[in-house]
Amino acid sequence: MLKVAIVQQIDSLNPFLAVFQSSTEIGRLMYDYLTAYTAADQSVTEGIANRWEPSPDKLTWTFTVPDGKKWSDGQPITAHDVAFTYDLMLTDEVARTANGSFVTNFESVTAPDDRTVVIRTKTPQVTMLALDVPIVPRHVWEKAGSIKDYANDRMPVVGSGPFVLTEHVPGQFIKLKANKNYWRGAPKYDELHFVYFQNSDAAVQALGKGEVDLVNRMAPAQFDSLEGKAGVTRNKAQGRRFTELMINPGAQTRTGVPIGDGAPQLKDVAVRRAIAQAIDLDALVQRVNLGYAVKGAGLVPPVFGKWHWQPGEAERRFDPAAANAALDAAGHPRGADGTRFGLRLIGRAGRAYDEQASEYLKRSMSDIGIALDVRLVSDNQLNEATTAATYDLAFSGWSTNIDPDFVLGLHTCAQRPGADGKGGTTDTYFCDEIYDRLYAQQLSEFDEAKRVEIVKQMQARFYDQVPAVVLAYENALEGYRSDHFARFTTQPAQGGVIMAQNGMWGYYGAEPAERTAQAQGSRWTGLAIGGVLIGGLVLVVVWMARRRGATAGERE
Amino acid sequence: MRLAGRIGGAALSLLMVAVLGFFLFRVVPGDPVVSMTRGRPTTEALQAELRAQFGLDRPLHEQFWSYFTSLLQGDLGTSFTFRRPVSEVILERLGPTVLLVGTATLIAVLLGLWLGVRAAWRRDSAFDRVTTGVSLTLWAVPTFWLGMLLMMVTGDLFPSRGMRDTDTPPDFLSQALDVGHHLVLPSVTLVAVVCAEYALVMRSSLLEEMHAPYLTTARAKGLRDDLVRRRHAVPNAVLPAITLVFLRFGLVVAGAITTETVFSWPGLGLLFYDALTGPDYFLLQGLLVVTAGAVVVMNLLADVLHGVLDPRVKVV
Repeated sequence: MLKVAIVQQIDSLNPFLAVFQSSTEIGRLMYDYLTAYTAADQSVTEGIANRWEPSPDKLTWTFTVPDGKKWSDGQPITAHDVAFTYDLMLTDEVARTANGSFVTNFESVTAPDDRTVVIRTKTPQVTMLALDVPIVPRHVWEKAGSIKDYANDRMPVVGSGPFVLTEHVPGQFIKLKANKNYWRGAPKYDELHFVYFQNSDAAVQALGKGEVDLVNRMAPAQFDSLEGKAGVTRNKAQGRRFTELMINPGAQTRTGVPIGDGAPQLKDVAVRRAIAQAIDLDALVQRVNLGYAVKGAGLVPPVFGKWHWQPGEAERRFDPAAANAALDAAGHPRGADGTRFGLRLIGRAGRAYDEQASEYLKRSMSDIGIALDVRLVSDNQLNEATTAATYDLAFSGWSTNIDPDFVLGLHTCAQRPGADGKGGTTDTYFCDEIYDRLYAQQLSEFDEAKRVEIVKQMQARFYDQVPAVVLAYENALEGYRSDHFARFTTQPAQGGVIMAQNGMWGYYGAEPAERTAQAQGSRWTGLAIGGVLIGGLVLVVVWMARRRGATAGERE
Repeated sequence: MRLAGRIGGAALSLLMVAVLGFFLFRVVPGDPVVSMTRGRPTTEALQAELRAQFGLDRPLHEQFWSYFTSLLQGDLGTSFTFRRPVSEVILERLGPTVLLVGTATLIAVLLGLWLGVRAAWRRDSAFDRVTTGVSLTLWAVPTFWLGMLLMMVTGDLFPSRGMRDTDTPPDFLSQALDVGHHLVLPSVTLVAVVCAEYALVMRSSLLEEMHAPYLTTARAKGLRDDLVRRRHAVPNAVLPAITLVFLRFGLVVAGAITTETVFSWPGLGLLFYDALTGPDYFLLQGLLVVTAGAVVVMNLLADVLHGVLDPRVKVV
């Protein structure tokens, strides 16, 4: 049995509604997607479908669902299940809640026979092999009724993944059993339990005590605290996240109307570059990330290999003197008190990174004559400020996918809010003609080598225009009980993660260790102490009650 | 008549809470739809669909009216986060909270009152000084910190999270033992935090009675010191303390939120904490109505009970 600590609630077990990362992760164990990514190098591999072919005009994709794959209840998996799933999303807006963006460009989905799925798209779509949509069994879901009210908690939940959901106690735990019908072969252990922790310090302690076998999302200090702990192996993995410092480039709505109250000086790209140049990224990684990160550059983290971009010659090396000169040249002389102008920096209170990095940035900015006013606020306030563009500088971060389309798309002009200031999904209010043209190009470039080239050009453009400084790619810090589990499959094979993969390999490939006959002695001691405490309390109450009734007092 | 007045007052407070709850949580910064789709590929159309699903695109007064009319029919709406009726979600978490708060309050009241009586009766003794000192210290300590400390100090004697293990046998005895085992640390934490106040109030209230003439009379009758305390002093001194138990119920609820967060105890406190990060308006409103309702009822009980315990205060 593998026991995993999760620090996020499960919002829903219905894969059409579930948006939390924790729920998506469990969804990946319950349902296969149309295609998957390998553990070794994250390349596209067989999922529900084992073959695919775009038409010459790239508007029609034909996927083949091979014979022999079964749902966990023994029913065959067919093309009709796939068509049913996508069709449901096309026809029912509620079913689009979680993964709707993957089907917005779909014209139609049909299953001419049991083995063939035909998807027609409105325009050529390069991400057709990156559809992160769980495929559900038609024979169960066509009886589901209203998707909005369907909790998908009829246990065991019929699925196609390596594990079958068997129990969910909200706020407490989730239990899954190995799917013996899984087409890749059943997992090497029988049960997989996820237990919920509100408090990550408690989760780390539980790992130390052996209450759980696997923990992720550790802070550097927590990770360090497990060093040398008997029975615990730590995994410092390449993460999918980057942390950025957003610089308000003069936010505007899609119709070109200014929005928010960003400092006017930041509209000048020379000023934004000077700010970026005054930040010592190496020092930030060492002091704030305690070395558990890689210095930032482009929008795609190094874990995604070929898509990752490094500035090379174009790198803005840390140089406060040059930054000062650039600000002088840009027409912002120092005043009598040595200050050129002031800026606000907004970050999240309670997030260690923001708290420490903001102090550091305050000093860096003061070196180039910019007075930083740091405000650390709640998560929601931070979101509100960045959405309304009422910031000068702000901390942010994104988790990225194997296909870079999503993270690149966040920075196109069309993502900015409409005339009423609502409905924006932009990250940085960036709007750049060259960047947008490249974005459209990569979206219809089916030659991968060429697409990689365009994606790198986009990152270079972003780096050059600095609507944000990518500060660091954080490591994913995980730990597991190596006395319970000998090894896990990481993605990618070299320096990869166990949890939060683009796949289910970490849990699926876990190999139990030969357990030594270690008695659960301490647990019984604890139970005994608990029992004695409760028993003692009862005795005291009884004793007090009896004494009240007695007449003899012990003192005069 | 006065009782009816009290009940009317309580009902009015509840109504105010219900109205306040709606506007209070809408002042909380943050857009639930943005939170719901954070970090996921999304489009403007998708966000608009979500807004419409939850009625967030309608004017505020319409939203309020539909909230209020459904509330009167006992419908608390649907949680954005869990996509289920709020009443269902709250009901699921009510049991664990009642268990934790109930156990902790019971222990804290018994222990606090007993300590307070002992400390007052032997004022300035070593027992008094230690009790008062320890009570004040525990009262001042942040709940969160105390919980974490207890968890660390007790090592692997007690579980660090939740109410049940996933691999406990399903029979009743094993399950009950397991819940008891999980209950130890959270209830000790909560007792430590709330017990002090009961002890201190009981102590000072008994001290006030100490030199009352009726005690001298009792002693003059030749009663033993112990009987003087138990039969004469304590019954008079316990009144404010009992009232306090009910009046400070809100404090216990606040303590429970922190304690549940530290130990991932699956109760209402933890739910409150999670709902705030949305912000999950309907869930927050529901939780406020339920918890405020509990506090209002407790206050009402305090009123009534005071009358029962103290013949001088006639309620009915």
